[in-house]
Amino acid sequence: MEFKVVTTPLTIEVVRSLKVGDFVALNGVVYTARDAAHRRMVQAIASGEPLPFEPVGQVIYYTGPCPGFKNYPLGSCGPTTSGRMDGYTVELLKRGIKGMIGKGERAAEVRAAMQEYQAVYLATIGGAGAYLSRKVLRAEIVAYPDLGPEAVMRLEVADFPCIVATDVYGGNLYREYNKGAI
Amino acid sequence: MRTIQSEDITKAVAAAAIEANTVLPPDIYQALREALEKERLPRARYLLEVLLENADIAKREGLALCQDTGMAVVNIIIGQEVYIKGDLQEAVNEGIRLGYRQGHFRASVVKDPLTRVNTGDNTPCIIHMEIVPGDTMRITVFPKGAGSENMGRVAMLKPGAGEQGIIDFVVETVEIAGGNPCPPIVVGVGIGGNMELASYLAKKALMRPLGTPGPYPELRDKLLESINKTGIGPQGLGGDTTALGVNIESYPTHIASLPVAVNLGCHSTRRCTVEL
Repeated sequence: MEFKVVTTPLTIEVVRSLKVGDFVALNGVVYTARDAAHRRMVQAIASGEPLPFEPVGQVIYYTGPCPGFKNYPLGSCGPTTSGRMDGYTVELLKRGIKGMIGKGERAAEVRAAMQEYQAVYLATIGGAGAYLSRKVLRAEIVAYPDLGPEAVMRLEVADFPCIVATDVYGGNLYREYNKGAI
Repeated sequence: MRTIQSEDITKAVAAAAIEANTVLPPDIYQALREALEKERLPRARYLLEVLLENADIAKREGLALCQDTGMAVVNIIIGQEVYIKGDLQEAVNEGIRLGYRQGHFRASVVKDPLTRVNTGDNTPCIIHMEIVPGDTMRITVFPKGAGSENMGRVAMLKPGAGEQGIIDFVVETVEIAGGNPCPPIVVGVGIGGNMELASYLAKKALMRPLGTPGPYPELRDKLLESINKTGIGPQGLGGDTTALGVNIESYPTHIASLPVAVNLGCHSTRRCTVEL
């Protein structure tokens, strides 16, 4: 497969260059966050507190990884189902988040917000946790350590494979195959 | 009468937990290879290739196949001649605690379903026990992730719904799930019993290797064919293989009931069985 090489943080030009179905090899920093961390981040926004990281241009990866050990910066770290974060996403897009990595279709209002705020949603391979852990060069907890595997981590990745699942042109990779409600 | 020490149960469960999470069962590995050979869609082929490489890396490096090392289901088939020295439940939970710590796996269990504070050690596990004649003890450690588990369903069909009613319910379950259970899936079906037994049977069905004998072989083949016709494919992104296999378990049931349960396993459907 032909992979487009992309480096974070994402500019609007890069976001606009990605079309649904494109294969992407992602490089640079991504921040991990799942349900609990998203709830806290949205609460922080509501109370005027800073987020764990400067959001503009950044990419959030929906994962709860296994811990690193030996010479592995991080253990198994495949994607979790993105739909659970749908309720929190629009607020983060408003603050400048430009990319999200996960698996599964996003809700209609999230896809619409991605068009409005110009952000891209990438799907990576669910269940390929061991394979994806090898793409992580560095990993450190940056917020909410009490959440254990659900803490916000800063990862440096190289050649992290994704497929563009939602682009800024209304493209939705799952539309054709997801026949029922999520 | 045979005595089994609870410490030996703990050691066996810990070892099985590590193997279950790092070594893909050979029948599933083989089924993924065969799916790749048949697959026509290039994107689906790429996804299947990654899954096979994932299994190789996990086994070689001792990494978890998937970061969702799951809430452990531990199925114990115990002979009634066995005498256990110690606390069985505590021994099994200690085995899970130990295995998940030694394997550097994720702690994925919350103590209370509403307040949701992580227990930190992936316990408690869920233990099912069947008592049989004899003096053996077979333990299957079956780590079950939420992606697949959340897509299962149970229905109390009318007996008149018959085989077609079962097919419709199973296929609909798979269609609603789409890519969420990480296809290509393994489908466990429990038919008969009552509501909780059918659910247990559907989970138990996932614990035996693909293609091993079970009830209703023709129904099993019809289900596999119908499911693969949906075209859902690997990761729900289209393809020829949506399910690697279907296993069915059944039990006698009430004259007015036709319980059917569907439990979906992902493309790893991890398991390890040890006999003490």
